[in-house]
Amino acid sequence: MQEIMSGNEAIARGAWECGATFGAGYPGTPSTEILETFAQYKGVYAEWSPNEKVGLEVAIGAAFAGARSMAVMKHVGVNVAADPLFTVSYTGTNGALVIITADDPSLHSSQNEQDNRNYAKFAKIPMLEPADSQEAKDFIKLAFELSEKFDTPVFLRTTTRVSHSKSVVRIEEPVKAADRTEIRHLPLKYVMVPMNARARRVEVEKRTQAIREWAETFEGNRMEMGSPEVGIITAGMPYNYAKDSFPEYSYLKLGLVHPLPEKMIRDFASKVKKLFVVEELDPFIEEQVKAMGIEVTGKAVFPYTNEFDPGVVEKAITGKSSAPAVTLQTIPPRPPNLCPGCPHRGLFYALNKTKAFVSGDIGCYTLSYMKPLSGMDSCICMGASIGIAHGMSKALGPKGKGKVVGVIGDSTFIHSGITTLLNTAYNRSDAVFIIADNRTTAMTGMQEHPATGFTLQGEKTKDLDFAALGKVLGIDSVEVIDPLNFKDTTRVLKQELQKEGPSLIISRAPCVLLMSKKAVQAKQFFTDPDKCIGCKVCLSCGCPAISWRDFEKTGMPARPDRKKQKGIAVIDATLCTGCTLCAQLCRQEAIMREGE
Amino acid sequence: MGGKVTSLLLAGVGGQGILLASDIICKVMMEKGLDVKKSEVHGMAQRGGCVTSHVRYGQKVYSPLARKGDVDMIVSFEKLEALRYLDYLKKGGMILVNDEEIYPPSVNLGEADYPKDIYENLRSQFGKDSVKVIPGPNLASLAGNRRAVNTVMLGAISRFTPGLVREDWKKVLTEVLPGKILEANIKAFDLGREA
Repeated sequence: MQEIMSGNEAIARGAWECGATFGAGYPGTPSTEILETFAQYKGVYAEWSPNEKVGLEVAIGAAFAGARSMAVMKHVGVNVAADPLFTVSYTGTNGALVIITADDPSLHSSQNEQDNRNYAKFAKIPMLEPADSQEAKDFIKLAFELSEKFDTPVFLRTTTRVSHSKSVVRIEEPVKAADRTEIRHLPLKYVMVPMNARARRVEVEKRTQAIREWAETFEGNRMEMGSPEVGIITAGMPYNYAKDSFPEYSYLKLGLVHPLPEKMIRDFASKVKKLFVVEELDPFIEEQVKAMGIEVTGKAVFPYTNEFDPGVVEKAITGKSSAPAVTLQTIPPRPPNLCPGCPHRGLFYALNKTKAFVSGDIGCYTLSYMKPLSGMDSCICMGASIGIAHGMSKALGPKGKGKVVGVIGDSTFIHSGITTLLNTAYNRSDAVFIIADNRTTAMTGMQEHPATGFTLQGEKTKDLDFAALGKVLGIDSVEVIDPLNFKDTTRVLKQELQKEGPSLIISRAPCVLLMSKKAVQAKQFFTDPDKCIGCKVCLSCGCPAISWRDFEKTGMPARPDRKKQKGIAVIDATLCTGCTLCAQLCRQEAIMREGE
Repeated sequence: MGGKVTSLLLAGVGGQGILLASDIICKVMMEKGLDVKKSEVHGMAQRGGCVTSHVRYGQKVYSPLARKGDVDMIVSFEKLEALRYLDYLKKGGMILVNDEEIYPPSVNLGEADYPKDIYENLRSQFGKDSVKVIPGPNLASLAGNRRAVNTVMLGAISRFTPGLVREDWKKVLTEVLPGKILEANIKAFDLGREA
């Protein structure tokens, strides 16, 4: 049977078909749907862990117990999980352990463009890289087999275009795998004190050598001989781009990108006149081929940055583009924006008014850095907001009093904000820290987390109390606000910025996407054209539901009594959610509800 | 290029149902025995920003992304978005535009103007037979579901997919859409097909 699946859905399906029973990870684009889909299959355990490090450790535990287990994360998640990663490479796995890294060339939804193939080499862990959904399903199975065969963790790397493209996949029934879980005491293998780790270190090199030899006959590494004029070494999605542009050339399509099959590469190189490596991001394959003493062209003609497409490959290899020249008209950009009714809008509007340096974090709210909200000054990685605010506040000393704020989302705080908040209490910060608590992991599509009261598989569970946690960590002052109450938010911000010692504000209102359509649509606002004086205060909160109607441009009649007025603000009833923020900002009381 | 591959580029704004529409096209093509791939971007890009979906089908499809200058039909679910990806259109390609304006932030704020004469410009650049304007919101309302604009656009697309009949589309719509909105959507599809 055939089905159209995304790469992520195919990975989940493949894992289930081959008897994987365990998955852990943290949501992150473009990886999120892998665990979400896997969690829905019968007979599996899947969890959102607080962060990727915990997720990997949990998956290691399951593999030690003999399960087929996977840890799932986006590329930057592997940075968080790097500590256990480098040492589980030494211990091996007993059961099977696959680490899925979903990279994001072009930074569609990420803060950097790191190439995680480097982790494979660095941590001495083999890495498979599928090119489409069918391969994603096939390769996850191979990854589990490889893990068991060589007693090693195995990486499966996707990119955004593999994870989020859809293509035709052959569906199979799951194998009936026997339960092989049991407790095995193997301290020499699992207790990584120096004397044991030194011995395992040697095993790692032997293992890599054995996999290198196996790679020479691995069916996922294949030559497709066409014209001997040009040979292309490639892997993953770029294979498709190259085949689309140059179906007539010869290919060495690598399914295993670490370690590389040296004999096969030499053999392929000897059969073609001109050799290219087609790979996105780093010259990972190219440098290794060059180190073999083989002449090859890669980054000399291909870009280092951004994802490719067939046109990029064509232009790099031929030096010209076959696309007809079209002059594009300059048109207004359409950047992503906080949704109408988003509670973050109220918080960041108020923060902007404080003129403080706002150290931000990763989530939808990062969008508040844009005009007109202009509510954020920095964003580095998950959890960094609090440490950066603390460091700034310490370095500025009295000059920084009342002028430094750290803002972090609820899920992000749980991910990596707790230890850093503890640090601010321990080392006596003067900054204000805010948890923008919208009761979900919104950016990646509404995933549960330890403060929502539900697990990935829908079980009711404990929900973390941020205010109580703040007190326990030693934060002097803890306040809870409704960010859509502008007056109150402003008052509390002002009050806490003046206090000595660290303050924690929990800005709590559910993500508007969590609210029912009925609740949202029952209370829409409109502007009264007689009362609106065209001051644009409501527009300054950047709500997509509010727009400016210029009298001159729209042909609307100007106000004879207010000669300076150039237009009015109008609210799109199909977008308004009735959050009330604009009505609170309007000094003319020109924004009202039906019947008010 | 290894057998003919047809490329569609669906463009619009988050929330217009573009991803569902491209899913449906893929399923129709697969059930016709064709190879099909599609690609789009999730996550931050979806928060009110532009949404695009590349759909490619044929005997064998490698790349899920079309190259510039190689798209057979741009289907824009929003008027302005039709202009953003014109460099993808093949010589002699079609442009279908849903007659609906959704203002980007800079236009909302009064800092930029929503381009005027979009249809006239498209027609003068690509020829009047290459540009088809679909009154999506009107037809969807007429069908009884204002949100069914994406199905109206599917109907309009279906006019340009040789070898497929109405029943091929209707079958997949029936499989994919929930029962209570199916009737209005089939009507929306037919109105789009006749538009």
